[in-house]
Amino acid sequence: MHQLPEQLLIGIQLGSIYALIALGYTMVYGVLKLINFAHGDVYMVGAYAGLGAAGVLGTWLPGHTPLHSLLPSPFGAVLVLLAAMLLCAGLGLIIEQAAYRPLRTRAWILPSVFVGGAAGYVAYGIAVNGNRTPASAWAIGIIVWLGIAALLRTTQRRRSVGTPSRLTALITAIGVSLFLENFGLLPQIFSSDQRFIQTGQIVSLPNRVQFLGLSLSVQTLLIFGLSLVLMAVLTYIVTYTRIGKAVRAVSFDADAAALMGINTNTVIAFTFALGAALAGAAGVMVTGLTGTAFTPYVGVLMGLKAFVAAVLGGIGNIPGAVVGGLIMGLAETLVVAYGPGVGIPSTYRDAVAFFLLIVILLVRPAGLFGRLAPEKV
Amino acid sequence: MGSAFKSPSLPGRLLGILALLGLLFLGNAWVERPLLDQSATSFYGMDQYKEGVIISCGIYVILAVSLNLVNGFTGQFSLGHIGFYAVGAYVAAAVSTYGHAALFPSLPIDGSPIGVAQGAYPILTLCLIGGLAAAAVGFVVGLPSLRLRGDYLAIITLGFAQIIQVVIRNIKAVDGATSFTGISRGDTTILTPHLTSFFWVFLFAALTLWVSYGLRFSTHGLAFLAVREDEIAAEAMGIPTTRYKVTAFVLSAFFTGIAGALFALYQPSLSNDQFSFVRSIDTVVMVVLGGLGSISGVAIAAVLLTVLPEALRGIDQYRLVAYSLLLIILMLTRPQGIFGREELSRAWLRGQIAAVKGWFTRRPVPAPALASGSEVMTTARDRDDVDV
Repeated sequence: MHQLPEQLLIGIQLGSIYALIALGYTMVYGVLKLINFAHGDVYMVGAYAGLGAAGVLGTWLPGHTPLHSLLPSPFGAVLVLLAAMLLCAGLGLIIEQAAYRPLRTRAWILPSVFVGGAAGYVAYGIAVNGNRTPASAWAIGIIVWLGIAALLRTTQRRRSVGTPSRLTALITAIGVSLFLENFGLLPQIFSSDQRFIQTGQIVSLPNRVQFLGLSLSVQTLLIFGLSLVLMAVLTYIVTYTRIGKAVRAVSFDADAAALMGINTNTVIAFTFALGAALAGAAGVMVTGLTGTAFTPYVGVLMGLKAFVAAVLGGIGNIPGAVVGGLIMGLAETLVVAYGPGVGIPSTYRDAVAFFLLIVILLVRPAGLFGRLAPEKV
Repeated sequence: MGSAFKSPSLPGRLLGILALLGLLFLGNAWVERPLLDQSATSFYGMDQYKEGVIISCGIYVILAVSLNLVNGFTGQFSLGHIGFYAVGAYVAAAVSTYGHAALFPSLPIDGSPIGVAQGAYPILTLCLIGGLAAAAVGFVVGLPSLRLRGDYLAIITLGFAQIIQVVIRNIKAVDGATSFTGISRGDTTILTPHLTSFFWVFLFAALTLWVSYGLRFSTHGLAFLAVREDEIAAEAMGIPTTRYKVTAFVLSAFFTGIAGALFALYQPSLSNDQFSFVRSIDTVVMVVLGGLGSISGVAIAAVLLTVLPEALRGIDQYRLVAYSLLLIILMLTRPQGIFGREELSRAWLRGQIAAVKGWFTRRPVPAPALASGSEVMTTARDRDDVDV
């Protein structure tokens, strides 16, 4: 039986993971007014990126280099974390460039490269599955690619530039999310097998430490600590750097910011990269330190709950996302730990988050820290 | 008002209903035939799998058209209709299991016209009960949450759907945690694997479409549209916006519950993960792809999006990747959906042909001609920034 402090700590650990993912949701919502449904899947990609990076750093390096004993070690762990964050930031950028930017602007080259390329790859795969010769499969893939590029070029040139309908953006986000999940499910990409990073493969830790008479789990402390560091870095970026100031300006009023000479597209791309990096870090930390198993669908529920956390704190509000995440994590853990004692079975753990959300939204319709814009007629 | 919306005379109406019933019976005979006569399967080319696809087309039409009542007409964005679907399904399944003695006095029930007639009493009762249960839940959910708007409304309805799912998972009477196989349980003589047949599904689909069309061009329908276009202005015009929003929500939940009941009576067993959040997204995608507020568009999109993944089944592993890519490409190239806010009509077709011609001539695309009855939909301020 765990004691209360232990439970609280586990809750804070879970909550800080929610908070890291929720920050991405909330920042993107701030600058673009878009619920980026694909964000949960970035978390999933982060987990796989961590797995890949651990594999590369742990096995591929030749035996006689100083880097031989890179894993498990704290330095190697940081490298794995950074590699996954970098990869996810890149993914966030690609998602923004390929799917969301063409909704606002007439950009067609990058969407054609990525969306068309993906479609071409799928067509190639289907052709190969249909027992076509490699040459004709390649031809089919390239024809599909070029066809979609031509289609996008035609339609993008006729687009009226401006904010897209929010519903259009939302459905696109859902499409991107479905794409990441199902593309990951392909046997040659991640496959549907459960993967996991063994505890101790990245960094070997003592299991527990004694602190003030309490026995605390080290991974829990580490996840919480790393999350705090990442949040501090984020706060620094948003508060003190030039680009952070621009992010806040765009979030406050995108049109006015554009009139002041801020390149809103750059700011949006930066926000996506930043949020995706945080989600990737969350993915690596959870899977790398606790040894949780994951599949390409791992991001769905995680993303959903993190989004709820963002709404709970008031979407678009950065401290709100952190507080919302912590509330969710604590509530969930406490229900699992103490719910059965008071008649709430622990199977209700997923419902608690949403129950909390409903109560808070009914009392404060804009979330805890959100501000409802007064409606002007 | 144009000819399409002229109220038909009573004999005309009766004739229409008779024609519909006749068509449904013919379709039923065609679709359900092999189930009567197993040897004829290959000849008619309609095996159980294809029958299942057709049935789920009908169920998705009901789902999408009823969701359109909320998302398309009143412009409120609900992500939680899968919860009402689950309520309808589980209530119908539970009633049919535990009340089978009262519901199925005459046996057995199969797919023949006589079987359809025999199934009328149980299936109508079960659908009504399922629909009413879902409507009641819809009222409970809608009354508080419709105070919110946009993203917040979407997320709160999603939250309610998740809670409904978890609650069902914890009800032992319907085996919520595993799978509820009790639908055809009871006396061994009760054979109800096909209580839901082509006839009933498409009868209810026709009913949903009829109610939807009737609403859309009625006074109440105009009030719904007014709420969508501008809530504050509608309020100022004396429209009780909250009441209309809740009405649309409850009505939509009712039909969703009926769809759920039909689904439950078709499946050999129900399991909780058939009602996950992803299915909710599916329906929303249908509504948006068909064109928010366009009834015919939504129905067509529902059929397309049900058949498409099945048609791609030959390439199983690439199926969902292709589907998601198609979704992204469609949103990039035709964000207003297939039909926009128009209904399928001759004027719409003419406008589309003109637009395609415009592609080749590179001249400005002429605006599609307005159907004489469609000034209701295309308001002066044809904005498409429906709040999410």
